Amino acid sequence: MSAHLAAYATSTGEAVQFWVLGTVAVIGALCTILMRRAVHSALCLAGTMIILAVFYLANGAYFLGVVQIVVYTGAIMMLFLFVVMLVGVTAADSLKETIKGQRWWAVACGLGFGILLSAGIGNASLTEFAGLGAANGARGGNVEGLAALIFTKYVFAFEITGALLITASVGAMVLTHRERTERARTQRELAEQRVREGKHVPPLPAPGVYARHNAVDVPGLLPDGTPAELTVMGTLRKRGQIRDVSAEAMADLKALEQRSEERLGRDRDARDQDAFGRDRDEEEANR
Amino acid sequence: MNPVNYLYLSALLFTIGAAGVLIRRNAIVVFMCVELMLNACNLAFVTFSRMHGNLDGQIVAFFTMVVAAAEVVVGLAIIVSVFRARHSASVDDASLMKL
Amino acid sequence: MENLIALLVGAPLLGAAVLLCGGRRLDRTGHWIGTLLAAVSFAIGLALFADMLGKGAEERALYQRLFTWIPVEGFQADIAFQLDQLSMTFVLLISGVGTLIHVYSIGYMEHDERRRRFFGYLNLFVAAMLLLVLADNYLLLYFGWEGVGLASYLLIGFWQHKPSAATAAKKAFLVNRVGDIGLSIAIMIMFTTFGTFAFGPVLEASGQASQGTLTAIGLMLLLAACGKSAQVPLQSWLGDAMEGPTPVSALIHAATMVTAGVYLIVRSADIFNAAPDAQLVVTIVGAVTLLFGAIVGCAKDDIKKALAGSTMSQIGYMILAAGLGPIGYVFAIMHLVTHGFFKAGLFLGAGSVMHGMNDEVDMRKYGGLRTYMPVTFVTFGLGYLAIIGFPGLSGFFSKDKIIEAAFAKGGAEGWILGAVTLLGAAITAYYMTRVMLMTFFGEKRWQPDADGNPPHPHESPRSMVIPMVLLAVGSVAGGAVFEFAGFVEWLEPVTGYEHGHPPIGAAAVTACTVAVMVIGVGLAYLQYGRRPVPAVAPRGSLLTRAARRDLLQDDFNHAVFVTGGTHLTRSLVYVDHSLVDGVVNGTAASVGGLSGRLRKLQNGYARSYAVSMFGGTAVLIAATLLMRAV
Repeated sequence: MSAHLAAYATSTGEAVQFWVLGTVAVIGALCTILMRRAVHSALCLAGTMIILAVFYLANGAYFLGVVQIVVYTGAIMMLFLFVVMLVGVTAADSLKETIKGQRWWAVACGLGFGILLSAGIGNASLTEFAGLGAANGARGGNVEGLAALIFTKYVFAFEITGALLITASVGAMVLTHRERTERARTQRELAEQRVREGKHVPPLPAPGVYARHNAVDVPGLLPDGTPAELTVMGTLRKRGQIRDVSAEAMADLKALEQRSEERLGRDRDARDQDAFGRDRDEEEANR
Repeated sequence: MNPVNYLYLSALLFTIGAAGVLIRRNAIVVFMCVELMLNACNLAFVTFSRMHGNLDGQIVAFFTMVVAAAEVVVGLAIIVSVFRARHSASVDDASLMKL
Repeated sequence: MENLIALLVGAPLLGAAVLLCGGRRLDRTGHWIGTLLAAVSFAIGLALFADMLGKGAEERALYQRLFTWIPVEGFQADIAFQLDQLSMTFVLLISGVGTLIHVYSIGYMEHDERRRRFFGYLNLFVAAMLLLVLADNYLLLYFGWEGVGLASYLLIGFWQHKPSAATAAKKAFLVNRVGDIGLSIAIMIMFTTFGTFAFGPVLEASGQASQGTLTAIGLMLLLAACGKSAQVPLQSWLGDAMEGPTPVSALIHAATMVTAGVYLIVRSADIFNAAPDAQLVVTIVGAVTLLFGAIVGCAKDDIKKALAGSTMSQIGYMILAAGLGPIGYVFAIMHLVTHGFFKAGLFLGAGSVMHGMNDEVDMRKYGGLRTYMPVTFVTFGLGYLAIIGFPGLSGFFSKDKIIEAAFAKGGAEGWILGAVTLLGAAITAYYMTRVMLMTFFGEKRWQPDADGNPPHPHESPRSMVIPMVLLAVGSVAGGAVFEFAGFVEWLEPVTGYEHGHPPIGAAAVTACTVAVMVIGVGLAYLQYGRRPVPAVAPRGSLLTRAARRDLLQDDFNHAVFVTGGTHLTRSLVYVDHSLVDGVVNGTAASVGGLSGRLRKLQNGYARSYAVSMFGGTAVLIAATLLMRAV
């Protein structure tokens, strides 16, 4: 039934589907370019692509619709997400324009281009669909029809795309491969180097605060309550993705101390509440 | 419904993608916008295929996908290696080709 | 017989190749080889001459085509020879006098280390000169023309260790180039006008070309003749060319090469006949040079330079005669041949005197040599009598005919030209008598040379004396032989002839000629025979001083061409710097400024470039839509 519809005309159902999904697709596309985080953009784009897959199906391109979902949305967009992860998931872009006049030019060109393109389409006066029924039916189905074309008329293009894919995958490997120029240092050598430099002889301190936060991006706190950046791994430090929880931790600690003092019946009114470590030392000294 | 609407949608998506290429600085997002433009083209091809009643448009769309896959592989590899070298994925930072 | 023509050129050419490529192993025999091959050429010439005499006047011309030189569609040049009566005359003169001078050089150059090379150059000259007169087209003539120029250059500068010789060679070469440009332009005009440069077709068709074209060709040929024959205004090189060895001066710069200009004009007679304006210029050039050379000859104390001035003057006669048209061509050639004899003899005599006087050339340091060098004195004296036109000797016949023809030209023109030739004859008598008296008569004014050796004048070796004697015989008898054996009839089929009638009668002209000759001799005797010749030249009048400086020709050239050229170059440099460079630099600066502004578009941001691409695409779509709408 749907094949029949797709082949000859646009039914009311297809019209409804177009208007609803088309709107969503445009919103998805807009979100793709307007979201500040790359992850969100990628997700919006994946949504738009799935809607396009539905449109392919509606237009009788069953094979392409499935490929769109499997290859594009499934593989390519996942590749995007992997790279986004490598580059930094949480890094948000500033949408503030830095090149003078760029945004205005972009908007002007975009508007002009879109209007001209639409005008061109409107000018084309293609209102009748010939339909794919005959084309799909000639070989017994959409996939068989495509296969017949690919392996006859477009066989050379097909072979060349094979070469292209091989080249691309080798190229990707070459591009991301990093040649070691020196031998990897053993643990022993690293330890010796640490001792020789004398900066950090013991292992680096672990991140996390009082077992409240054990995430790798939360730095441990120094005795005076300031975050110790050394406890966070270098990559996150460089990206600036350190989550500073020292203020909350201090507040929690203060609350904890107060509660325990109340329970112990000690009077803390007259006491200075700022630096708890020093205060306690003084208290003991006074006793 | 007038089936030409698919083409208008395609043009709209293409323009949005192009505008995204122009205004975004993050190389990955720029790349996504390029993919959006390719998809918009594919939609147009599929629509034309239906209009003309033959499968050649679908074949072209198919090849576009293959080429896009190859392009994404290489492009993302480039982005990764650039990020490694410069600790930035902004296209504006790679602006050494000027006087 | 016509197959022998190529051998005329080939023999001396072979000699030149053998001698110049043979190396030192030919040092002992080289001069004999060279002389032998020149003699072979002369013998072949004589054989051909005998053959030619046996034929009727109209069948005498021989042709030989060797091969096609430049085979191009629409442009064909052959290596082909034409031997007619005119060429025959020249062949005999060149190979005959050439052989004699080869013989003379054996003695003259005996002590020169590079004698083999000298003979090679001499053979090269003879070959090129024969090629020049035997060519059947103007392009091959040009080839020979350049060949004699090359040989002349090499021989003038033969003693290249002397800076003066090297400079003189360069000067001769450069001045000749100016004339050669004339010849090449003339050939180009011929080719564009007639589509060929073979003598026959060009000269036959010369009546059909426009007057302007013919005048242009004529003037260009005259320019070429001026360069090669040392005519005003391209005469300045001949005096300096005397830096070469004396046999060279005798052969090249007196007897043969310098007469090539006369040959060129006579050979192109049909062109000049059809272009009266060009002819008039030819006579003017001849008349001016005639007086010019004679005046210079009067003032020079260097015996060879005095003779060089005389050569210039005598060639002026020939050019003048050639400019007169059919009434003069034959006599131009006749004077050319007799001049070839007596002037070569005079030069050889001068060389003999120098040989005996430690290579001294200043006549003021000669004197009284007649008893020490009797043969030289006699042969030189006979040459002297011939050149001044002593009745019965060769110069008398030929020069008298030219003077007659000048008067016969008619009108004011004829009177002026006749007067000039008569005046020239008087001056000729004067300066030749002066040379004669200063060299062989009077008291001894000998001075030791730079090394302190006093001169011991003696008669020259036999190899030098014999050619002088033979040339003296030619100087004495040549004119009479020509006069009575029918030289006019001999040349007439080639050059054409009209008998000219001077308005005062031929006998009167002859009488005048003899009279002015006597006056000239008398004046010279009064000045140099009666009074002792000062060993140091007196200051002299303004004209004398100017004549000593070659009538200021070098100063004129320097002022006009060197200084003018320098100023022209400077002004061109100024224009180049200010105008041309200004435009170029201005363009560069404006492009640079514009680029500096456009550069701001090149900000390095990929997104900016993307905007321009996107905008460009939009414009393309708009254009496509507009085209469809239209």
